[in-house]
Amino acid sequence: MNKPSEETITQKPAKRIDEHIVEIVSDSGEGAQKAGQTFGNISAKMGNGVWTVEIIPAEIKPPARSPAGASGIRIRLGSHYMTNMGDAADLVVALNEQVLYSRIATDAYKPGTIVLLENKWLTDPNPKIREQYTTSVAEFRENGLIVHELPMEVECLKLTPRPRLGKNMFVLGMLSYIYSRDLEKANTEIHNTFIRKGEKVISLNQDLLKAGYEFAATNLEYHYEIPAWERDTDERLIVTNGNQGLGLGVMLSGMELVAMYPITPATSASHYLADVYDQVGGFVHQAEDEIAAIGFAIGSSYAGKTACTITSGPGLALKTEFMGLAVMAEIPLVICVVQRGGPSTGLPTKVEQGDLLASLYGAQGDAPKIVIAAATIEECVHFVIMARRLAEAFRTPVILLTDANLGTGVQPYPRPEPKAEWLASPIDQSPWNKEIPPYDWDEETGLSSRPIVGQPGGEYVLTGLAHTTNSKVAYDRESNQYSCNMRSRKLASLYSTLKPPIVHGDQEGDMLVVGWGSTLGAIEEAVDKLRAEKHKVSSVHLRFLSPLEPGLEEIFSNFKKVITIEINYSDDVNFPLIDKSNRRYAQLAMMLRAQTLVDIDCWSNVHGQPMQPGLIYNILSQHLETMKGAN
Amino acid sequence: MFGLKGDWSLDIKKRYFTLGNYAGGEARWCPGCGDHGVLTVVQRICRDKQLPPEKTVAVSGIGCSSRLPHYMGTYGFHGLHGRALPVACGIKSRRPELDVWVATGDGDCYSIGTGHWIHAIRYNMNMTVLVFDNSIYGLTKKQTSPTTPIGFKSNTHPTGAILEPLNPLTATLGISNVSFVAQTVDWNPIHLYETIKAAHDHKGFSLINIIQRCPVYSQEVSQFLQDNPENLLLLNHENGIPIADNIMRMFPNQREHDPSNMSEAYNISFNTKLTPVGLLYHNPKVPCYDDLSSKGNDMGVEEKLAGLNKVLDQFAI
Ligand SMILES: Cc1ncc(C[n+]2csc(CCOP(=O)(O)OP(=O)(O)O)c2C)c(N)n1
Ligand SMILES: [Mg+2]
Repeated sequence: MNKPSEETITQKPAKRIDEHIVEIVSDSGEGAQKAGQTFGNISAKMGNGVWTVEIIPAEIKPPARSPAGASGIRIRLGSHYMTNMGDAADLVVALNEQVLYSRIATDAYKPGTIVLLENKWLTDPNPKIREQYTTSVAEFRENGLIVHELPMEVECLKLTPRPRLGKNMFVLGMLSYIYSRDLEKANTEIHNTFIRKGEKVISLNQDLLKAGYEFAATNLEYHYEIPAWERDTDERLIVTNGNQGLGLGVMLSGMELVAMYPITPATSASHYLADVYDQVGGFVHQAEDEIAAIGFAIGSSYAGKTACTITSGPGLALKTEFMGLAVMAEIPLVICVVQRGGPSTGLPTKVEQGDLLASLYGAQGDAPKIVIAAATIEECVHFVIMARRLAEAFRTPVILLTDANLGTGVQPYPRPEPKAEWLASPIDQSPWNKEIPPYDWDEETGLSSRPIVGQPGGEYVLTGLAHTTNSKVAYDRESNQYSCNMRSRKLASLYSTLKPPIVHGDQEGDMLVVGWGSTLGAIEEAVDKLRAEKHKVSSVHLRFLSPLEPGLEEIFSNFKKVITIEINYSDDVNFPLIDKSNRRYAQLAMMLRAQTLVDIDCWSNVHGQPMQPGLIYNILSQHLETMKGAN
Repeated sequence: MFGLKGDWSLDIKKRYFTLGNYAGGEARWCPGCGDHGVLTVVQRICRDKQLPPEKTVAVSGIGCSSRLPHYMGTYGFHGLHGRALPVACGIKSRRPELDVWVATGDGDCYSIGTGHWIHAIRYNMNMTVLVFDNSIYGLTKKQTSPTTPIGFKSNTHPTGAILEPLNPLTATLGISNVSFVAQTVDWNPIHLYETIKAAHDHKGFSLINIIQRCPVYSQEVSQFLQDNPENLLLLNHENGIPIADNIMRMFPNQREHDPSNMSEAYNISFNTKLTPVGLLYHNPKVPCYDDLSSKGNDMGVEEKLAGLNKVLDQFAI
């Protein structure tokens, strides 16, 4: 192919668009995620709103060219703030045709989606592969995908004998042309990525980038411009995923210890901390199991250094006995749960909001604790800081729920400016007034201050047995009732400090959607679309789940219908044998029904997929239709 | 308390701790239970070493023996069955200056807590671990424990335990980073005292398997050794547990054993006929995990804020 001159490249007019959803999919090990992350970073640096989410293969070592092996990334970029992964993709780059099947199975594409497909399979020595390729391409086209078969391998071979390793940068180059990305910025990103591998590797990758750029300019008709998102502040931004956000929160909160046991999709938070924690004097302890991890964190917290443990559903299940102890003995502790699909080992890499009730109730007896859920990546950072404070102020464990969608999603957000007051204060080692018992509960609030090991005069024996204000074991009925009252009262006193949630949309109307956690962006996007069509729909998103936020009954009373949207199991009312008397509701719905006595409906699924605005839009539209019919 | 002033942190030399400072609630173990003797010895060592009670923590799991923290006048943590060690390790992790003692049982440590036992040895954090080995589950009233002798009748094995018991000494010696392993008997207070003291002197994880009388549920097991001291093997060495001659005479069977000799320790512990008493293994040079885990625990606010800005800048766009 002819090398284009600089002019031919720049002369083509770029079409202005508001947003696009782009995917790169390949076998794992082909660098699709690296290319996509770099593309996302460049876009964020150019001022776009960006949300990226990884496409993780279902198996560790899947066979090449198999649907189960689909690995890659989705990048949603636009001229506005992005809060979720959106619906069907607009453009996808695929390094083989088979991986596309797993994406098609989750409705990732629509008629009209542009597919830029590696065409080397057309001439593969294996006739089976050649046949697979041609049938698939025909099938894709039949289904409305616009497939362009491109000789990416051939082009890369001009620059490197091992194109498998460099093709991702060629792809980045193509995307850079298509979306008018700043090549200078791309070159800098490549430089920073490969800095440890030396100049040679850097320049090869930069050459591949340029080749991809020029190839697209010469051979593709697609050329877009996505203007920067007009922000009204010049606040500095950072780009992270939610698990890095948790790690930042841990450090910004001044917690010095994270005790963990590896579990997908939570582990990357600890990977990140393990890399940088020493810069703020902290330590990641990889324990022998999840029980040991929480026990270790509890030991540290008991000794005055409030610690954190990070896990996912199966680990949470193992930690329950210790959580009960932390509640009973009133030990501050932060437990981050990056939820995945359950039950059992479930869907390790996929999202679910299935651990809400386990967080609230998964312990021996009555174990009231604080449970909060982050709804954005930025909240992953700030909620850890809040969690440590709550844990200490209320002398209790705090569970912070996030999920695989937040954990792996990447988004720019305002850079937190570290503050000394966010950091844990130094531990008090001054003498303790012996007159004050270790559980000197204030009857109004249930609160008490605790002696820290090292405080002379404060010596007490913490126990998981029922105990008196003096921490003396007591089996009598009054002591147990009283201490249970006091621990529960702490939640009531926290509740009294909370503000009612803010309704998104009008304060009254036909339908109110209630959500929690990572579904915020998708729910609001769907609600906005319905509102633009003059539907009287609003939404409200809860951050505090235990205690629940105040004012809910009043908010609910202004809508004809209240429905939760959740990513967890619920019986569909149309299932056989199911009626109102035995329907199992989604988890938040169950809690809200019990607490408010409002007849709240729910819609949920356990597809392991992040909630998508289009899907929610369709569901809510159906409900609105039914309501109209009923009127 | 004795010699106490208003601002006693500045007057530390004048503080003198008596046994009373280490005494908590009245011990509620059965009469004749070996736990009483161990408690007394621990309190005496604290007194003799003048350990500040506020800097001392007794950590335990659940079981009769795990009641020990309640009877101490120091800080204490009476946690969950099998989970004393993770808590103890966590306490040390960022506060290595604290003096941590662990009281655990044969069920607590060698059964439900097995994973933690093995890994705590690998961590080798500086603490003194007393395993009260009465070969039975005491608190829950006579169930088979991992160290119950085969054939011994319990409520879970009324016709006799069906498995060969676990040997905690060989198991412990087989774990990498093991640094201090001793065995003693509760009914010899002098040997008990010297063993626990040597364990406390050791910087690292010291495990003492204390053969402990349970007069209610496993009387026969310890009675046999008390009645037949020739079944005990006293380990002597200049680097071992120091013992006076009159005590030595109580042990008909003795041998020289250099506690730095791992393979010999292993052979001794394997011997199923003779129960060794003394220091099996000691290696003061094993690195301690608390030295690593506590790094940075004195970092100042300014330095932290600078570090935070640096890590945040890595994500800047
Ligand atoms: C999770 C859990 N399982 C079981 C128990 C019941 N339990 C309490 S102590 C104990 C065994 C105690 O035996 P050991 O550790 O040898 O201590 P001892 O009473 O003999 O000193 C058991 C099974 C418990 N408290 N918690
Ligand atoms: Mg026992």
